[in-house]
Amino acid sequence: MNFLRGLMLGQYVPAESPVHRLDPRTKLLGTMWLVGVVFGTRSLAGLAVLTAFLAGVLAAGRIGPAYALRGLRPVFWLVGIAVVFQVVFGDSGGHVLFRRGPLVVTRENLAAGVFYGYRLILLVAATTVMTFTTSSVELTDGLERLLRPFRRVGVPAHELALMMTIALRFIPTLFEETETIMKAQMARGAEFTRGSLAARARALIPLLVPLFVGAFRRADALALAMEARGYRGGEHRTRMKELRVAIRDYVAAGALLLVAAVVLVPPSLWRAVVGR
Amino acid sequence: MSDLAPALIRVRGLFHTYEPGAGEPVPALRGVDLDVRRGECVALIGGNGSGKSTLAKHLNALLLPTAGEVIVDGLDTRDRDAVWAVRQRVGMIFEHPDDQLIAAVVEEDVAFGCENLGLPPAEIRSRVDEALRIVGLEALRRRPPHLLSGGQKQRVAIAGVLAMRPRCLVLDEATSMLDPAGQREVMETVLRLRRDEGLALVLITHSMEEAALADRVVVLAGGTVALSGTPAEVFARDDALRDLRLEAPPIVALARGLAAAGVALPAGLLTAPQLADAVAAAYRRGRGEA
Repeated sequence: MNFLRGLMLGQYVPAESPVHRLDPRTKLLGTMWLVGVVFGTRSLAGLAVLTAFLAGVLAAGRIGPAYALRGLRPVFWLVGIAVVFQVVFGDSGGHVLFRRGPLVVTRENLAAGVFYGYRLILLVAATTVMTFTTSSVELTDGLERLLRPFRRVGVPAHELALMMTIALRFIPTLFEETETIMKAQMARGAEFTRGSLAARARALIPLLVPLFVGAFRRADALALAMEARGYRGGEHRTRMKELRVAIRDYVAAGALLLVAAVVLVPPSLWRAVVGR
Repeated sequence: MSDLAPALIRVRGLFHTYEPGAGEPVPALRGVDLDVRRGECVALIGGNGSGKSTLAKHLNALLLPTAGEVIVDGLDTRDRDAVWAVRQRVGMIFEHPDDQLIAAVVEEDVAFGCENLGLPPAEIRSRVDEALRIVGLEALRRRPPHLLSGGQKQRVAIAGVLAMRPRCLVLDEATSMLDPAGQREVMETVLRLRRDEGLALVLITHSMEEAALADRVVVLAGGTVALSGTPAEVFARDDALRDLRLEAPPIVALARGLAAAGVALPAGLLTAPQLADAVAAAYRRGRGEA
């Protein structure tokens, strides 16, 4: 069951770096910005600039390239499928490279498949850089502050953040409990790993029922403990950690704007603006 | 036992009846009187269903009296406006270490109560640092709670309550899920808090050894106070305890057995070190006479 622990939230790499020290709001907004830029990219040169930028951020964040690639591994097969689909079901016509029966591979489709596949990788890479350098607690804080202005239109910023906090707190605990229940069931002869898919799904029921009952009991106890510590919702509440925007956040914002300008503004326009 | 200073917590004629959605109402407390003085350590013992936990939840307004009153530091728990002040004054530590920690990082959890009080960030920071230092967990401040031992988790919970600057700590079977080392860890922490910070303690416990450490033992049975007095007085009431399906701590029974076998021991021995000293003294006296 150790795979569960490895899988969960094992993304954050604690380190001291300028990227780690950035305000989580900067990183959240910056990531959304980058995702937009990646989507807007139409040229290979743009992808190259974005790749260089992300590599730079990784280096500044003290994340090893090998580790970063390992983090991307799950998307590679997805990208593979996307490329295959583009190549096989793409537009007909163009320069034929390869033909066997109904399968036709054209140069245009292959190029487009690689382009879209690589864009997908960059998309995931942009968000991964954020999760590498931002702890879940910081992310929650950042999200709460970002959503706070929308409270007036009914976005429950504090409640959402509290839900995230509690989920993060209890995911490992519930995993431990799952492990305990599984062992208890296995000791009584339950099989979780063999049999048909239907049989395995059925075997999960005696696992899920006690898990849910336990989760509700915990929720009850936690609510009582929160009340005992004077919790009464987001009103009147203050926070120990104040988020502060520093110079490095402006630097990061500047860099992001520059990347977007280089990638998205067509070269002809650049030439016109910069002039000669 | 002078009663000149008003008690920190005063419970008078407390009745509590649970009203379940269906079926008969369940009376849990039937006329309880209890005083907890400042800096005093009171142990509440009793069998399952005796009303211990119900009484505990009345001490910081988690439950409100069906009849009677609970006054905490001059505040009536039924006063809606006083609830938050009551909860700041009386902190509670619960049985399950896992089910009372809210945040994914130790220091964030310790800050939770102070954040609820609406204190300024700098003040919260200094209180959190102080509370973590007092319970000896400064080194673990950035850890996620699920990687801590049971005793450490309970100490985090104690720090969280402590940062709110309470007058009284209620431990609702806070050591029952812990191994012996964890139990010792928690008991040593709260007894030190009582000594150094003058905190009153209410220990709700099944452990007679823990009850023996209190100034006063209150035995609940069937929702009323059945026995009350110093540990020595209460544990001397062997028959009464047996009727309530309780037993004096093994040390008390051992001391009684030794005394019956002819060893000259003083009355009121409650802990292993006390008994050891008394036995050693008796032995020395015996040799001196021979």
